Amino acid sequence: MELTRRSFLKLAGVTAAAASLTSVGYRKAAADPGERLRIRYTQEFHTICTFCGVGCGIICNVRDGVIVNAEGDPDHPVNEGTLCSKGSSISNVSYTFDEKGKPRPNPKRLTDVLYRAPGSDSYEVKDWDWALDKIARRIKESRDRTHEATAMVDGEEVTVNRTKAIGWLGSAFCTGEENYLFHKMARAIGIVSMDHCARL
Amino acid sequence: MTNHWIDYQHSDVFMAIGGNTAENHPISMKWIEKAREEKGAKLITVDPRFNRTAAVSDLYVPLRPGTNTAYLGGLAHYILENNLYHREYVEHYTNATYLIEEGFEFDDVAGVFSGIEDDPARNAKKYDRTTWQYQRDEDGNVKKDPFMQDPNCVMNLMREHFRNYSIENVSQITGCPVDTLEESYRMFSTTGKPERAGNILYAMGITQFTHGAQNVRAIGLVQLLLGNMGRAGGGVNAQRGQSNVQGATDMAILYHIIPGYMGTPQQAAHPTLGDYIEKETPETGWWSNKPRYLISLLKAFYGENATADNQFAYQWLPKLDGKDASHIAMYKNMSKGEVEGMICWADNPAVSGPTAGAKREYSAKMKWLVSVDLFENETASFWKREAGANPEEIDTEVFILPAAASYEREGNKANSGRWIQWQWKAQEPPGNCKSDLWIVNELFKKLQKIYEEEGGAVPEQITKMAWDYDGNDGQVDIVKVCKDINGYNVNNGSLVNNFLDLQLDGSTACGNWLYSGYYNDLDNPPTKRRTPEKEGIGSHLDWSFAWPLNRRIVYNRASADPSGKPWNPDVPQVWWDEDEGKWKTNDVPDFNVNIPPQQSAEIPFIMLPEGQGRLFSAFVNDGPFPAHYEPADSPVPNLLYPEATYNPISQRFYEDHVVETEEEKERYPYVLTTYRVVEHYQSGIMTRNMPWLIEMMPEFFVEIDEELADKLGIANGDRVAIESKRLYNNGEQDSIEAKACVTKRLQPLMINGQKKHIVGLPFHWGYMGKSTGAVANDLTPSVGDPNTTIPEFKASLCNIRRVG
Repeated sequence: MELTRRSFLKLAGVTAAAASLTSVGYRKAAADPGERLRIRYTQEFHTICTFCGVGCGIICNVRDGVIVNAEGDPDHPVNEGTLCSKGSSISNVSYTFDEKGKPRPNPKRLTDVLYRAPGSDSYEVKDWDWALDKIARRIKESRDRTHEATAMVDGEEVTVNRTKAIGWLGSAFCTGEENYLFHKMARAIGIVSMDHCARL
Repeated sequence: MTNHWIDYQHSDVFMAIGGNTAENHPISMKWIEKAREEKGAKLITVDPRFNRTAAVSDLYVPLRPGTNTAYLGGLAHYILENNLYHREYVEHYTNATYLIEEGFEFDDVAGVFSGIEDDPARNAKKYDRTTWQYQRDEDGNVKKDPFMQDPNCVMNLMREHFRNYSIENVSQITGCPVDTLEESYRMFSTTGKPERAGNILYAMGITQFTHGAQNVRAIGLVQLLLGNMGRAGGGVNAQRGQSNVQGATDMAILYHIIPGYMGTPQQAAHPTLGDYIEKETPETGWWSNKPRYLISLLKAFYGENATADNQFAYQWLPKLDGKDASHIAMYKNMSKGEVEGMICWADNPAVSGPTAGAKREYSAKMKWLVSVDLFENETASFWKREAGANPEEIDTEVFILPAAASYEREGNKANSGRWIQWQWKAQEPPGNCKSDLWIVNELFKKLQKIYEEEGGAVPEQITKMAWDYDGNDGQVDIVKVCKDINGYNVNNGSLVNNFLDLQLDGSTACGNWLYSGYYNDLDNPPTKRRTPEKEGIGSHLDWSFAWPLNRRIVYNRASADPSGKPWNPDVPQVWWDEDEGKWKTNDVPDFNVNIPPQQSAEIPFIMLPEGQGRLFSAFVNDGPFPAHYEPADSPVPNLLYPEATYNPISQRFYEDHVVETEEEKERYPYVLTTYRVVEHYQSGIMTRNMPWLIEMMPEFFVEIDEELADKLGIANGDRVAIESKRLYNNGEQDSIEAKACVTKRLQPLMINGQKKHIVGLPFHWGYMGKSTGAVANDLTPSVGDPNTTIPEFKASLCNIRRVG
């Protein structure tokens, strides 16, 4: 096995854990490092922290499709394995953890499409197809009602193809690919009022 | 950022101003600490609050919110008066020697430059910039004075402009003691020595003002004077607060640009593609390539529907009417019933926007609202009783679309250092959650189908947009999106290597020229590379991809002297090898390596037509040099320019919105500033639903200095009401409440002989989620910078009182 810095750290950590467990008199079996490691039998995925612009690398350990651990990526040249309080808590977006450290879905997380009708005091659950169809209809109604194909500039007719009646916000949370498609979609509708938190 | 996080290790002096690095970019502190431990670097923190960065600094400089220009102008004055600037750098790499038109002047009483005129459409002033131009000879060449003796050369105009920014005057304005100011100026000016590098790192405490762009300009000016631009350990380093705010800016989720920082077409100036190209393409500098980037963008947008015969579909891009269309303007239009609907992707302006309470009120005028988020946010639920609204009276339809978390989807994210890193997907999103990529793809396909089948207003604008991103099993094929952005040859679909391959004739398509090269190899796309550097200066050229062209420090020609010798041989970025007669590099060169060093030394700032750094810039709306203006809500007159108050060019939107009269100044006597804490994030809608973080930082609070708390009878933990001119309910003064945190972190400051108190609020709270609290931004004004319309969050006036 090639002893990289990372595998060395892993090994060192395991040895240290084993040493400390033995030293306080635990049974040998309990000190078996394999049994104790939360990340055993997990698959590793590299991700980028979702919070500030430092762009720290995070390793997610996933077992049966569930993130059981997330920690700083020691190979990442910027954070070198470290994370702040928010980055270390990242899996809290999906899970809260019970006393035994077992993940439970975060009850506050949205998991359904919700719709609030005019005058209503609550949301109702809808399916994607219904919602996307309805939203596309609303975009079309507002766009068709307010779209300016041309404008007069100093007595000349200029093609402007815009609507000021639809706003678009976001997002710094989304990926480059998502934002690129956002831009295409917004400009295709004729949206000029678009902004995100670079200005907020 | 002109540099990047790891490069911080090469700085000799750091100035953290208007940013709280230790709290808001915590991991980057390791590189600051490394520089301090290994080379004895110094850290200066300039901030109204003794924040966490200040707590580990070598020197803390307190200042009143909204007086950064005065502080930085004082630094420029100190450097010039004491001849501490990097002379060879300034002479060769900046426009210090350029002559400006004879008519240029600055009025020290009114606080305005020549060319001031009324701008009734904006209820503000604007400038005619005729007198701000370079003097030119008959051939159009700029006139220069290499000895910098001419009173109208930039160097002498600059000395004259900053004449009154003495340490004593700056102290009266900022409230910072004279000794501390002088020590900070002395420390930072040491980086004017050729071998030393100074790093100015900042964040929203520089930009969120009615004069924010001039604050940034002042930083740039100081860094040019000290020869810190293009240098390892130097730079103007905007520390970006979100994981992909850089990328969302690059992709132009901003009304005034299209991807790759090209201006959105304007109806008056750019009726046709020909007009746009003619007016927006400079003859020299890198932007002379703009037409290639624009036509390739149009090909990526409209595919085969973009041809030379139809102006490459240019007319389907919406045009602006010359008016501001930023979010403050959008909400003002909403208040007039002119905005029918809004799509909001992971944005929460009902908490994070200025005058947020009014925004929630205006939202009821929309017919429909779409909110895509991980948690139910305040913007979507503005109609609820928790928001103080009556649902029965609100007819807005609201759609909440459940999104995927960062690790539940893949794609690139650009960090502050412009590293376009790949984020891999670790798990499936729960329940019916979908990635934003899937949502935008499905929604736009649906819209296209409806317009294809039913027609409507100019249906081609929608139906002719090239949109082919479907993958297998109802998923999006992200590689198709990456190819679009990276750029490809239209004839055979092969990927272009980088933007040097982009063509004028429509034979190449590229969605964002700056990203070209990030995905130029399908088997090993540069954005996914993960090979750390073993030797060198920490450029990590094989780790991800940095725009442009994988360059890690921009303007790096300026890191070496005109002959090609690095100013600091210990950290060589690029150097001319005399023996081999060629350049050697530790980074991707930001200049033409095929011309002799003396020639590239004439144009180290390749993006500018003149190729040299602008100490004087005619391209800023509110003046070619930064001048001190008070914030819109200010407790004192402008001490430098008696007839000026706040920025005369700034963006104002509402009448009777900021504090103007003496009576109002008495009613709202305290300076209010807002900020973040490490445990929470922006509008808080994620972190206020994350139990571990709530446990560490459970509730909304207001920071008050001990003396003020004593005076008002406020003890730690008391309930405190905070009022501002923006917060009225049916004509009665309204307030928000927070728990008192009485602290030594804030200290009263002596401003021109008067004691002024500062009050601080974190802006993370709102009425939804697991941890709730009042919205700090209900207090802040909707006024903006004249170049960017970034709102003035960081300095306003308020009153506070104990409740009960």
